[in-house]
Amino acid sequence: MAEEGRNIKIHVDNLHKSFKTNEVLKGVSTDIYEGEVVVVIGPSGSGKSTFLRCLNGLEEITSGNVIVDGVNIADKKININKLRENVGMVFQHFNLFANMNVLRNLTLAPVDLKKATKEEAQKTALEMLARVGLSEKVNELPENLSGGQKQRVAIARALCMKPDIMLFDEPTSALDPEMIGEVLQVMKQLAADGMTMVVVTHEMGFAMEVADRVLFMDSGIIMEEGTPEEVLRNPQNPRTQDFLSKVLEI
Amino acid sequence: MAQIISQYGMILLRAMGQTLLLALFGLLFGCILGIIFGLLSVVKNKVCNAIALVYVNVIRGVPMIVLAFFIYIGVPYAFKNYLHMPLVFSALTAGTICLALNCGAYMAEIIRAGIQSIDVGQMEAARSLGLPYWRGMFRVVLPQAIRNMIPSIVNQFIITLKDTSILSVIGFPELVNKAKNVVAITFKSFEVYFIIGLMYLIIILILQQVAKILERRLNRGRRRA
Repeated sequence: MAEEGRNIKIHVDNLHKSFKTNEVLKGVSTDIYEGEVVVVIGPSGSGKSTFLRCLNGLEEITSGNVIVDGVNIADKKININKLRENVGMVFQHFNLFANMNVLRNLTLAPVDLKKATKEEAQKTALEMLARVGLSEKVNELPENLSGGQKQRVAIARALCMKPDIMLFDEPTSALDPEMIGEVLQVMKQLAADGMTMVVVTHEMGFAMEVADRVLFMDSGIIMEEGTPEEVLRNPQNPRTQDFLSKVLEI
Repeated sequence: MAQIISQYGMILLRAMGQTLLLALFGLLFGCILGIIFGLLSVVKNKVCNAIALVYVNVIRGVPMIVLAFFIYIGVPYAFKNYLHMPLVFSALTAGTICLALNCGAYMAEIIRAGIQSIDVGQMEAARSLGLPYWRGMFRVVLPQAIRNMIPSIVNQFIITLKDTSILSVIGFPELVNKAKNVVAITFKSFEVYFIIGLMYLIIILILQQVAKILERRLNRGRRRA
């Protein structure tokens, strides 16, 4: 759904990534536009999480280019920390800082990186907590929260840095079924607010409803891409068809 | 027994003071070495990792009594005869170096294991927010790691305190060294060694209590330790 004149937020060009001798990404190229919601699906081991982790430099790029807001991550001379301030990430296992309460989780990075004073950061944190519906948990420790609550706090934490791009790495895969909905709801709201999002997920319903574009990855390449309608309802590639039949028949 | 205490009690107490002084220096520098080499062993840099590995393995592989003789006698000998430079260590200096090197190696291992016990996701989350590696380390990973390390650190403190007794061989006037002198004068070996054994025990029990209080304070407000 790339319209003319929209800004490219992330330009991925022939991205390769190997772990020792194991080549996980074998030349991935795509553009992600401002305000676009891109959902990445594919079997496990297809490289979709690695692809996502290359977008903020959590994985070192073996070759190719990833240009985020005009900055090439593959370039070792750039300040990767500065870039990450604008790219929020949400992990499968939440990764809330276990030694801090919810408020400290949300204010640590903004205050430490001097993006805000302590008071400003706390104000933002409370706003973001309200946005994910967890205002009353402000002083809790992560261990006292349910999985769904943890993930919503994790989203709020990323949002406190006021990023223009959000990456989601299987955000609901570690959750009990009854908690998936609350997290997807927050993500839908975020999408509706115009956030640029790249989401690795197995939630086909979410992809169908929220995605502007779906990428199907397998064996380290993008096998098929298009609107959710095209990829999920009418897949052309036999691998996509095979994957979807397995996912949807259960 | 009473006679020994009244006559030699002060000497033994002063010797205990020397033991504690040596242990304190050893632990202080040992902790510094432990932090440095512990961090060197976890950073993503092969040279740093190798340096830490060599240090830890060398120290762990050499008995402390050999290390003590080497530093106190061997090194000054080498300076005098091969480098033609005079270098003399006091027993306290040599003892401190020896204890610190020894304690540092074990502390480095405790710190490495403690850091590695923390889920890598903690560091990744910190990095993903734009925090540099060392900020993530000091703000997020280490505070959690230290909580896990405390029992091992306390254990190492106790071992180092007791290891000071080995340094009686280089003539440092710590508890065992002085006790031997008292035995030589009085022949009351049973009483003297019983008393100094008790002195070590009391000090270590106190240390354990302090550690327990510290641990409890660190775990305040948490369900699990």
